Amino acid sequence: MTSALNWVLAVNPVPWARSQMALTLAFHIVLVPLGVAWGFITLIANWRAIKKDDADALLLAQRWSKYMAVTFAVGAVTGTVLSFEFGLLWPRFMGRFGDAFGIPFAIEGLFFFLEAIFLAVYIYGWKRLKPWPHFWTGVPIVVAGIGGTVSVVAANAWMNEPAGFTVNSAGKVVDVDPWGVIFNKAMPLQSLHMLVAAYLVGGFLVASVYAWGMVRGRRDRYHRIGFLIPFTLAAIAMPFQMLVGDEMARWVYNNEPVKFAAIEMVPKTSTDVPETLFGHLNAAGTKVEGGIPIPGLASILSDPATGTSTQIQGLDSFPKNARPTNAEVDVVHLAWDVMVGLGTFLFLLSLWFFASWVFKRRMPRSKLFLWIAAAAGVLSVVTLEAGWVVTEVGRQPWIVRNYMKVEQAATANTGVWITFIVALLVYVGLAVTVILVLRQMSRRWREGDAEAEVDEGGPYGPRLTPAPETPKELVP
Amino acid sequence: MSDVVALILMVGITAYALFGGADFGAGFWDLTAGGTARGRTPRSVITHSIGPVWEANHVWLIFCLVVLWTAFSEAFASIMLTLFVPLSIAALGIVFRGSSFAFRKEVTRTSSQRNFGAAFATSSVIVPFCMGAVAGAIASGRVPAGGKAGDPWSSWINPTSILGGVLAVTVCAYLAAVYMVWDSKRLGDPDMVEYFRRRAVVSAVVTGVIAVAGIFVLHDDAIYVFHGLTSRALPLVILSALCGIGSMVLLLRSSQTGARLLAMGAVATVVLGWGVAQYPYILPTSMKLSAAAAPDATLWSVVIVFVIAAFVILPSLGLLYYLDQRDLLAAPAVEPGIDDHT
Repeated sequence: MTSALNWVLAVNPVPWARSQMALTLAFHIVLVPLGVAWGFITLIANWRAIKKDDADALLLAQRWSKYMAVTFAVGAVTGTVLSFEFGLLWPRFMGRFGDAFGIPFAIEGLFFFLEAIFLAVYIYGWKRLKPWPHFWTGVPIVVAGIGGTVSVVAANAWMNEPAGFTVNSAGKVVDVDPWGVIFNKAMPLQSLHMLVAAYLVGGFLVASVYAWGMVRGRRDRYHRIGFLIPFTLAAIAMPFQMLVGDEMARWVYNNEPVKFAAIEMVPKTSTDVPETLFGHLNAAGTKVEGGIPIPGLASILSDPATGTSTQIQGLDSFPKNARPTNAEVDVVHLAWDVMVGLGTFLFLLSLWFFASWVFKRRMPRSKLFLWIAAAAGVLSVVTLEAGWVVTEVGRQPWIVRNYMKVEQAATANTGVWITFIVALLVYVGLAVTVILVLRQMSRRWREGDAEAEVDEGGPYGPRLTPAPETPKELVP
Repeated sequence: MSDVVALILMVGITAYALFGGADFGAGFWDLTAGGTARGRTPRSVITHSIGPVWEANHVWLIFCLVVLWTAFSEAFASIMLTLFVPLSIAALGIVFRGSSFAFRKEVTRTSSQRNFGAAFATSSVIVPFCMGAVAGAIASGRVPAGGKAGDPWSSWINPTSILGGVLAVTVCAYLAAVYMVWDSKRLGDPDMVEYFRRRAVVSAVVTGVIAVAGIFVLHDDAIYVFHGLTSRALPLVILSALCGIGSMVLLLRSSQTGARLLAMGAVATVVLGWGVAQYPYILPTSMKLSAAAAPDATLWSVVIVFVIAAFVILPSLGLLYYLDQRDLLAAPAVEPGIDDHT
C-alpha cells in the first residue's frame, strides 16, 4: 500500500499535464469551427428559405440547427473543462499571470453568454417565432462566434507575444495595460488566421457530409444545396487563408525566429536555406536527415525581396534551454508540412470548384471530386490541428514566451496521470458518442423523408415535400 | 476597488446558484423519478423545463471562474492547487451532464435514453456536491494562501465541506422543484404540479433542517465564518429563513409565483450571507481580498466588462426567459413536429 502510494506520489505531473491539456484542447478545437461557422451557414440557408420560399433550404436550416444544439452543448462543456484546467493543471501560471492573461477571457465570456442565449432562442424558436424575427435571433450567434474566437486567440497570442504588463523584481505582475494585453503584436494576424480557419473547417466539414451523400447516390436538390452553401463558403475562404497564412509565416520569421527555425528545421544560421519536405534532425541536432530538400525555397519565401540570399537564424543561435528540443522541432516541422500541404491541396480543390462554375456554370459532377470533397472535412480538421501544433509546440519550452516555462507553470499535484487517463477514456467515449448520435439523427430524418410521414415543417414556409426518390440531375 | 469586484463575483455565484443550481436540481429529480414508465412524465417536464435555458445558465460558472482568475489570480491558484480532486471530478461531471442531456433529447431508443439519462442525473448530483465541498473548504480556511497546496483530501473531506456539499445538492433540488411546479402549471399538467409541489415542500424542510444543523458544524469547524454569520451577516441569515418559511407557506397554499420568488430570495441571501461572513477575506483567514487583488487596471477591465454585460447580457437573458416562460420556445412534448422525437 505504502509503496503503491509512493509510486503514485513519485510521478512527475508535467508531461501528464501537458498531455491532458493537449488532449482536451485537440478535442475542443474540432467543435470550435462548428460553433463559429455553422451558425452562419445555417443563416444563409434560413435566409434563402424565407426569401425564395425554398423548402429544401428550410429543412436544411432546421436540421442544422438541431445538430448544432448537440455540438454546441458538447463544445460548451469541453470548453468549461479547459477553464478548469487552466487552474488545475497550470495554477502557477494563472497565479502569476492571471491578471493579464484573464482579460481577453473576460471579454470572451461576454460573447459566450450571447452565443448561448441566442443559440437557445434560435434553436427552440422555429415553431413559434415569426420568420424574420426568428432569423434575426440567429445573427448574434454569428457575431458572438467571431468575437469569441478573436478574444480567445488574443489570449493565446499573448502567450506568444506577452505584452501589456510590468513585473517587479520578484516576478510579480504589478501593472497591467489591458489594451496592451489584448492587442499584443501576435493578436491581429493570429486571430484572423484562426477565424478564417474556423470558417474553412466548418464549411468543409458540413459540406463533406452531403458530398458523401452524393457519392452514395443521393444526388437530389436537398443534398446539392446542403453541399453548395457550406462548400462555397469554405472555397471562398480558402484563397484568403493562403494569403493570411503566408503573411503569418513571414511575421513569425520577423518576430519569433526560434519558432521559425523549428518550422523550417534550420539547425545552423545560413542563407540559401532549402525548404525540406519532411525529414528530421540528427541526434546532435546539427543536421537535417532524410526529407526532400527544395533548394533555396525557404529563404526565398521568407523574404522574396532578397531571394536566396535571405538569412534564416538557425536553432544553434539560441540557448538550448530556450528553444524546442530536437524531438519537438521534428514535430513542429512535420505539423508545418502537413498544414501547408493539406492547405494547398484544399486550395486546389477550391480552384477546381470555381473553375467548374466559371467554365461549365455548374459544380463539378465527377465522382472523384465528390470523393475528395467528402474527405475534405476530415482533411481540414487535420490541417487545423497541425496548425495548432505548430504554434503551441513551436513556443516550447515557454508557456509565456521568455517569462515562464511550462514546467514552472504546472501543478504540483502528482495524481495528474490518473486524471489524464480518466479524461482520455471519457473523451474517446464522447467522440464516438457524438458521431453516433449525429448519425442516428441523420438516419432517422432520412427514413422519415422516405416514408414521407413526418411533418418536419416549421410554422412558416411551404409545407415541406419529402426528398424525391429518383435522383435529380446535378444542374443548378 | 477589490471590494467592487468581489461583489461582482458574488453576483455571479448567486446567479449560478439560482439558475445553474436549479438545472442541477432538475437532474436530482430526474434521478429519483423512478423507472422508465413511472418516470416518463416528470422526466419530460424536466427536459422541457431546462432544455432551452441550461447552457445560458451554465455560462455563469465560466463567468465566476474568469472573474476569479483575472481579479484574484493568487487565490484562484491556491484553490485549484488544493482542491484538485473535487474540482477535477466536477469538471468531468459537467462534461457528463451537459453532453448526456443533449444526447438524451436526440436519441430514440429507450435503452440509450436510459443510459444517457442516468449519466445526466448522476452527474447532476455529483457536481453540486463537489462545488459545495469546495465552498466548504474555502469557508473553513483549509485553502492556504500564496499558491501553496493544502491537504489534497482533508481539505474537502471534512465537516464543513460535507455540509456544503449536501446543502448544495438539497438547495438545487429545492429550487428545481419550486421552479417545476410553475413549469408544470404552464404545461397544464395538474398532476405534475402536485408531484413537484410535494417534492418542493419536502426538500424545503430537509434543506432547512440541514441549514440549522449546519450552524453547529460551522461553530466547531469554521469559526471565522460562523462569527460572520452570527454578526454582520445575521440580517441576511434571518431574511433567508423568513423567505424559506414564506415560500413554504405559499407552496402549501398553491401560490406558485410568490413561492418561486421567495425561494430564490432564500437561496440568494444564503450565498450573499456566506460572502459577507467571509469578508474581508477571500481565503479565510490567510488571504484578504485586497491582498489577492490584481492591479487596478485589470480590476477596472472586469468592472467595465460587467457593466457591458449588464447592458447587453441581462436584457438578452431577459428575452430568453421571457420567450421561454411565454412558451414561445419549444413545443410542448406531446405536439408532433421538429421538437418531438420521443
